[in-house]
Amino acid sequence: MKRVLERCSGAALLLVLSACTGEQSALVSRGREASEIGSLFWIATAVSAAVTILVIIAIMFALWGPPTWKDLLSRERAVLLGGIVLPVLVLTYLLVQGSTLLQAGVARTQRSGEPSITIVGKRWWWEVIYHLPNGETVASANELRLPVGRPISVRLETADVIHSFWAPQLGGKLDMIPGRSNVITLEATEPGTSRGQCAEYCGGAHALMAFYVVALPPKDYRAWLSREAADARTPQTEQERLGERLFMTSGCGACHTVRGTEARGVIAPDLTHVGSRRSLAAATLPNDEEAFARWIAENQHIKPENLMPEFDVFTPQQLEALSAYLSSLK
Amino acid sequence: MTASDEKSLPNPAPRPQSEVDDLLRAWATPKGFRIVTAVNNTVIGLIYIAAALLFFLLAGALGVLIRTQLAVPENTFLNQDLYNQIFTVHGTTMMFLFAVPAMEALGVMLLPQMLAARDLPFPRLSAFAVWAYIIGGLVFFSTVFYGLAPRGGWFMYTPLTLKEFSPGDNADFWLLGIGFIEISAIAGAIEIVVGTLRTRPPGMSLAKMPIFAWAMLIFAAMIMLAFPAVIFGTMLLEIERSFGWPFFTAAKGGDPLLWQHLFWFFGHPEVYIIFLPAAGLVSMIVPTMAGRPLVGYRPIVVALIGTGFFSFGLWVHHMFTTGIPALSLGFFSAASMAVAIPSGIQMFAWIATIAGSKGRFRITTPSLFVLGFLFIFTIGGLTGVMVALVPIDLQVHDTYFVVAHFHYVLIGGMVFPLFATFYYWAPMASRKQLSEKLGRWVFGLMFVGFNVAFFPMHLTGLRGMPRRVWTYPEGVGWDTLNMISTAGAYMLAAGVLLFLLDLALNFRPTSAGGEGNPWKAGSLEWLPSDIYSTRSIPLITSREPLWEQPGLERQVEEGHHFLPNAPTGGRETIVTSPIEAEPEYILRMPGPSWTHVTAAVFTAGFFLLLTIKLVVPAIICGVVAIAACLAWTWSLDPSPGRKPVDIGGGISLPTYMAGPRSHSWWAMVVLIIVIASLYTAYVFSYLYLWVVSPEVWAPVGSPMLPAPSWPLGSAALAVAGTASMVAATRLLPEPGGRNAALPWAIAAAAICLTSAIALEIAGHWLTGLRPTENAYSAMVFMGSALNAQLGFAIVVLLGFATARYLTGKLNRERRVSIENGAILYYYTAAQLVAGLILVHGFPRVAV
Repeated sequence: MKRVLERCSGAALLLVLSACTGEQSALVSRGREASEIGSLFWIATAVSAAVTILVIIAIMFALWGPPTWKDLLSRERAVLLGGIVLPVLVLTYLLVQGSTLLQAGVARTQRSGEPSITIVGKRWWWEVIYHLPNGETVASANELRLPVGRPISVRLETADVIHSFWAPQLGGKLDMIPGRSNVITLEATEPGTSRGQCAEYCGGAHALMAFYVVALPPKDYRAWLSREAADARTPQTEQERLGERLFMTSGCGACHTVRGTEARGVIAPDLTHVGSRRSLAAATLPNDEEAFARWIAENQHIKPENLMPEFDVFTPQQLEALSAYLSSLK
Repeated sequence: MTASDEKSLPNPAPRPQSEVDDLLRAWATPKGFRIVTAVNNTVIGLIYIAAALLFFLLAGALGVLIRTQLAVPENTFLNQDLYNQIFTVHGTTMMFLFAVPAMEALGVMLLPQMLAARDLPFPRLSAFAVWAYIIGGLVFFSTVFYGLAPRGGWFMYTPLTLKEFSPGDNADFWLLGIGFIEISAIAGAIEIVVGTLRTRPPGMSLAKMPIFAWAMLIFAAMIMLAFPAVIFGTMLLEIERSFGWPFFTAAKGGDPLLWQHLFWFFGHPEVYIIFLPAAGLVSMIVPTMAGRPLVGYRPIVVALIGTGFFSFGLWVHHMFTTGIPALSLGFFSAASMAVAIPSGIQMFAWIATIAGSKGRFRITTPSLFVLGFLFIFTIGGLTGVMVALVPIDLQVHDTYFVVAHFHYVLIGGMVFPLFATFYYWAPMASRKQLSEKLGRWVFGLMFVGFNVAFFPMHLTGLRGMPRRVWTYPEGVGWDTLNMISTAGAYMLAAGVLLFLLDLALNFRPTSAGGEGNPWKAGSLEWLPSDIYSTRSIPLITSREPLWEQPGLERQVEEGHHFLPNAPTGGRETIVTSPIEAEPEYILRMPGPSWTHVTAAVFTAGFFLLLTIKLVVPAIICGVVAIAACLAWTWSLDPSPGRKPVDIGGGISLPTYMAGPRSHSWWAMVVLIIVIASLYTAYVFSYLYLWVVSPEVWAPVGSPMLPAPSWPLGSAALAVAGTASMVAATRLLPEPGGRNAALPWAIAAAAICLTSAIALEIAGHWLTGLRPTENAYSAMVFMGSALNAQLGFAIVVLLGFATARYLTGKLNRERRVSIENGAILYYYTAAQLVAGLILVHGFPRVAV
């Protein structure tokens, strides 16, 4: 028993030490909320580990300890001490820590003002809308860009079922609920890219509803936002022009918007600058020409039940042209 | 024990062997295929446990499939849709078809033995619940084989589970599965409350009751208060799916979060509903292995009650990420942490008992499982404290950290004690003990396998892996951890398979008494027994009677205690007073029958056919089921004409009881508490939706309420009906006599009630209000739907009472059949009037 426990705790320690890696890890913080929660988490973990060890020691003494210890442990007073006094102290301490942090989060949300970004969860992708100071909006999808060093309020809504927005390296999650509008405050503390994912089961392709968060220095962010607000780049090569024609004549514009063209659909992701995003299909595929072609022709195999039909009518050349066009929409 | 002590026993004289023959005849188990008609708790309990174990294996197999799929990233072993169905059925089956039924099954199996009662007070009711559960459960589970299984998760969040996003019958099968567990849970709660409070052996006051019985009593009380919320929730969901009453549709004033509140108001206590009996089992095993009484009996009872109480104050901790205001988050966070205290008390009480062992604490297979439980449950409890901290929950909610947490709590807190139970109590139900040697291997594989499978999941979750995903990309940092978890899951499964081998090799079921008392335990289930339980029902003077009342086994076996015979010639047990356990009367119990089996089969048929929208055959099944129930209950109010029976110790007991001292009255009160909690869920939902969407409420968002004369008329009818019902109970004739006014009074009561309900519906209908309009109109008509349900039951009960009168089976003495109808009637009239005040008064005051 003892040996098994030692081995278990050894393995556990190893796992804990290796935990702090991964682009979606809550233990790697690139945001203020995440780093504060991280500190609370380590405190709670330490306390829990201490209590676990205490209980194990108590059990071992109860089983194999010297008679005097056994005698002490077997009194009703030991039950009240271990069962009431110990938990009350530990829990009060943790509760105070947790509540302080909770209040700080609330205060920060109140300070950070009106949300400047709205994210709408849809089956199974994210519409990201930036509200410009002049009242205009810029629609994008499956990627959230933030300026480093300032708290940003993000409004979270849904177009269909409940989703939950979660960017672990920045902070905790918050649900997107029909009929409600929740606001989350995020503050990126360093530039870089991390991954997030829908955390509330939303049916079908829930597993394939992820996104990237890109934190930029404020200057870069402003530059990016003005580029993002512009209309789509016009096709340059013959192949891109063929791709654009195919896009417009095959009905793609019924669902997708490419600003500056006749494609003004609203039910699917805005593709105006799709070529500049990190991924396709809500972080399901890398963003390259081959991925575009695969997605158009066999998306139901890649992401079953997604609401886009497969277009297997195109010849390989046509697919290449479409992919080239879409990739060029930087 | 001296000779004079022997003389003071209730029946000191030697007893004739013919009494044992009478008992054997009365309690004979049906042979061959007729075993399905059996009602004896040792037979039914075993079938119940076997069924629960079967569902554990089936759902466990699905768990292994899940782990196989997740072993490597981007796996194609299971496709997306099948995976979604599998994890839904895994969770639903584990929670609803395994965990709760397993605990009820243990209650059915063990409680009467621990209380030395001959059976539970309502033997056919438990048998009915068992068969309904087995049929319904198997049909529900089988949907996973032909792609008809629900895919909304065991929590079935709206609006994902509404028709728009879940077309097809899959989601309805979930509601069906739940329907059956609801039936068997409520039936179980009635059995257990009345069983623990009224069928204890003489002298076993509440303070001497075994901890397991305490745990089961609190378990039953929690079912009474928690299950109605989910019953009501499933009613709303099915009505919205089938008829479009918009309770959960935000666009029409409904709210998806209402479902979450109702579900978790049940769902959180559910965890403790599963855990409390398991803790009770541990509190029985530990003292035996320690060879001494439990340390801290009273603190443990207080802790059990405290757990039950607190568990109703923390449902919102499943909803920390829904954007609820910080103030309520703080409250529910504190409550969630407070519930750890009662668990701490029990934990240290067990440790204290181990430490205080007489000699060495015996390390047997049951002890190993108990020690494994202590370790695993401690970790699960502490990660529970972590997720009760709101900021941490915001990160780990709906991730594999939570998957790890609740498997530590549920497998640690329930499955390990259950396996301890299997090994510990097998000798009571089997001619052969399970193998201690194999048992150690079973424990080893399960303990190591469990920890290898689930400990890494804490980290997988912290590294960002959400729950309920059928696939994950390579290189995010989850690959190795998932592979380790899968390996552990296979090891855990190997442990369970080895247990099955042990069962096959050694378990030889018998209801005629098992192997004696191999662990030298102190509680009554280890008394020598046969199909009739113990030969005589012992007089109890201590908490561990087999330790502190020397010679008890022999005295009981020789018939020196109470009721060593079958004086009425049938099945019977002693009913005692609820607190001090003083003998009150002899309960004559029904024996084997086809009626309850028929009722179970056709109840299952009714729900199944309704699920696949075959309405007419469903109604036919429903009618047959009700008819079978009536045939079953026809024999339950036997003639009171017998003389009191001598049970020993100079005590003579009547063999019939009506009124507030009868077991039937108690069962009805339990049922009414269930119905009242369901109505409370309705009132909560009404007010909740008003808070969310006052804009759809009358008179602004909906037609003006009907004029006050409508509700006043309805209330007047309810009052008149109640008066008529009171009159009916006073008009009962003397035995053998007649009173022609009685049927008229009963009919008047029934007509008044149905008219009162109809008037309320008509009033709203005539204002132009339609239930599909918005959340307000749906809630208004839902109130009447609940009243109409009870009205239907009352009409059936009153019709039954009238038939009893016409056949001369209802009179001033023999009056249980009308009493039950009357109690339900008074309650329903009160509920109706309360509903009128809410529906007609609230909008007038609030706007």
